[in-house]
Amino acid sequence: MASLKLSAPSSQWISGEKHFSRRSCLRTAAPRRVAAGPIRAGSYTDELVQTAKSIASPGRGILAIDESNATCGKRLASIGLENTETNRQAYRQLLLTTPGLGEYISGAILFEETLYQSTTDGKMFVDCLRQEKIMPGIKVDKGLVPLPGSNNESWCQGLDGLASRCAEYYKQGARFAKWRTVVSIPCGPSALAVKEAAWGLARYAAISQDNGLVPIVEPEILLDGDHPIERTLEVAEKVWAEVFYYLAENNVVFEGILLKPSMVTPGAEHKEKASPETIAKYTLKMLNRRVPPAVPGIMFLSGGQSEVEATLNLNAMNQGPNPWHVSFSYARALQNTVLKTWQGHPENVKAAQKALLVRAKANSLAQLGQYTADGENEEAKTGMFQKGYTY
Amino acid sequence: MSAFVGKYAEELKQTAKYIATPGKGILAADESTGTIGKRLSSINVENTEPNRQALRELLFTTFDALPFLSGVILFEETLYQKTAAGKPFVDVLKENNVVPGIKVDKGIVELAGTNGETTTQGFDSLGARCQKYYEAGARFAKWRAVLKIGPTEPSELSIQQNAQGLARYAIICQENGLVPIVEPEILTDGDHDIKKCAAVTETVLAAVYKALNDHHVLLEGTLLKPNMVTPGSDSAKVAPEVVGEYTVTALRRTVPAAVPGVVFLSGGQSEEEATLNLNAMNKLQVLKPWTLSFSFGRALQQSTIKKWAGKKENVASAQAALLARCKANSEASLGEYTGVGADGAASESLYVKDYKY
Repeated sequence: MASLKLSAPSSQWISGEKHFSRRSCLRTAAPRRVAAGPIRAGSYTDELVQTAKSIASPGRGILAIDESNATCGKRLASIGLENTETNRQAYRQLLLTTPGLGEYISGAILFEETLYQSTTDGKMFVDCLRQEKIMPGIKVDKGLVPLPGSNNESWCQGLDGLASRCAEYYKQGARFAKWRTVVSIPCGPSALAVKEAAWGLARYAAISQDNGLVPIVEPEILLDGDHPIERTLEVAEKVWAEVFYYLAENNVVFEGILLKPSMVTPGAEHKEKASPETIAKYTLKMLNRRVPPAVPGIMFLSGGQSEVEATLNLNAMNQGPNPWHVSFSYARALQNTVLKTWQGHPENVKAAQKALLVRAKANSLAQLGQYTADGENEEAKTGMFQKGYTY
Repeated sequence: MSAFVGKYAEELKQTAKYIATPGKGILAADESTGTIGKRLSSINVENTEPNRQALRELLFTTFDALPFLSGVILFEETLYQKTAAGKPFVDVLKENNVVPGIKVDKGIVELAGTNGETTTQGFDSLGARCQKYYEAGARFAKWRAVLKIGPTEPSELSIQQNAQGLARYAIICQENGLVPIVEPEILTDGDHDIKKCAAVTETVLAAVYKALNDHHVLLEGTLLKPNMVTPGSDSAKVAPEVVGEYTVTALRRTVPAAVPGVVFLSGGQSEEEATLNLNAMNKLQVLKPWTLSFSFGRALQQSTIKKWAGKKENVASAQAALLARCKANSEASLGEYTGVGADGAASESLYVKDYKY
């Protein structure tokens, strides 16, 4: 379990349990919780707020392993393994039984199949996670499909039956959900695509909360394109303005959500790369202009950055206090070296687990603004951007 | 483009940041000629230019109080007035590190087809007027939008219309060098409870910031002037701590950290009430990334005007009353107010039903 590192720059802005003690004041009122009950409280509101806070704890972030079977198949294929349930289970077991993972990881996003799987010893994966004080999460969207009337853009499906699915996942032990939609700068983005992305997220978020799951709100602005960083800032500000407005209209409780944005960077094919400091500057500017302080945590996606890049950028963002916990929700940027180390061989499991801890710890330090890249190997520095990547 | 970055961008950011200095706040002295007439008649003083000038001179030459003020909002007439000795008011303020501001709206009118809801006028030649005010020394502006709570109010029309109006006003100001104070006042009239006020405040502020963002307003160069979240005027009062919690919660859910300061209006609260509520907000142990301070009209001037009663011999004691309120609110903006200094007048409610500003 992560110990509260109160001396870290980021932690002074996080209202942890400590800060709720009240100074004595003129009126002798009974001690009161600081955050007044949200106006639109549902039956799960208190739990949602606690779950979100737990995931947004200092020095910790999210391990995203919710690849669909097809996508997981690509990962396995890259190390010469067949895409079978056994292999998928073996891979996830490797990750989820890594000893001490809970020191750096506060949540793990699972695919539906994984939520119901167990270790070869018969221990449910959700129990492995809970033991490490890692919140189990679940991908609830049903993938991207073409958006008619748009400029070759996509929209995210999954609202039908979402309420009952969330209720079932809650019963199984999930406590947060994730829904990923995308916005493409080379395709515009069109006002239609942005509106649909934002509205879908807002509806999903309201339904999740109604069924006990903290919604992670993820409108990924794809890295594809040759645009400069200023353009990304513009699009990101537009997308987040729309997202927050619709979240408000859907009466979503902001203290019980988490965000999963893409960092503000130039397009992958832009002639100039930006330094971590520049990326931090633009990203924080966007966040300060769009994210209400009530949102407890912002967990960045890595979107094709190399493992080291993703860590350096996160570190740059945590060099000063922020109004929200700024952390990671990485898939490829945590798993790449792990996969390559494992190669599907049982004798490599321990080494692969160590590799996971190396990346997790690096990102934990980055969350605290204390990471240095000394000692990182070349593999970890290799970019993972794939043009037109379908997730 | 994302936010508007015109030639005044840096100045706007600096001015907004200065006005939001913790421990300082704004004196709203921008009552229109008609409204100030009501104040003067309450102390049996005729509504003439010399009398209006005398009152404002009294306020602006309370030199001990000026360190607690970062800005004063003026009415157009006052922007061009001088002290009896011939010194422009604007210079008096500037010399004492108080930024002059100017009311630029032209009042409210009813929205047809609604139940008495309103929109704010003042767009015609607003850009040109702002330029002139900038030349005269103003560095911030104010525009008041009004909404009310009722069974079907505020309506979607009223929310959208007022939010758009505020956003359009704000960007025009920024184009012409004035920091816009964005004021979406939700009146306290009614018998609703504090939860209803909170819900409406959150809905309105979400719409306001959406509109500001759509209009490319540079949030770092703005200030917000909202109502505090309170029960309706016909409802039972609650403790300042409750007002503090609901208000700060509403702001945390709607106001991005890029906004440097929130300067509350007092509505019809008594001087003491407004100070206690502001103090409670600042004592809350939760993250508030913007300064929480005051932009009070009645809640700073009530006692002062009463003590003055239009008589020269009362000026000193009237100024002492103003100093007391400014100091109290300065302390409240730091969460350090201890409640000393509340006399009878300070506790008198200033609520007027269906108040026409």
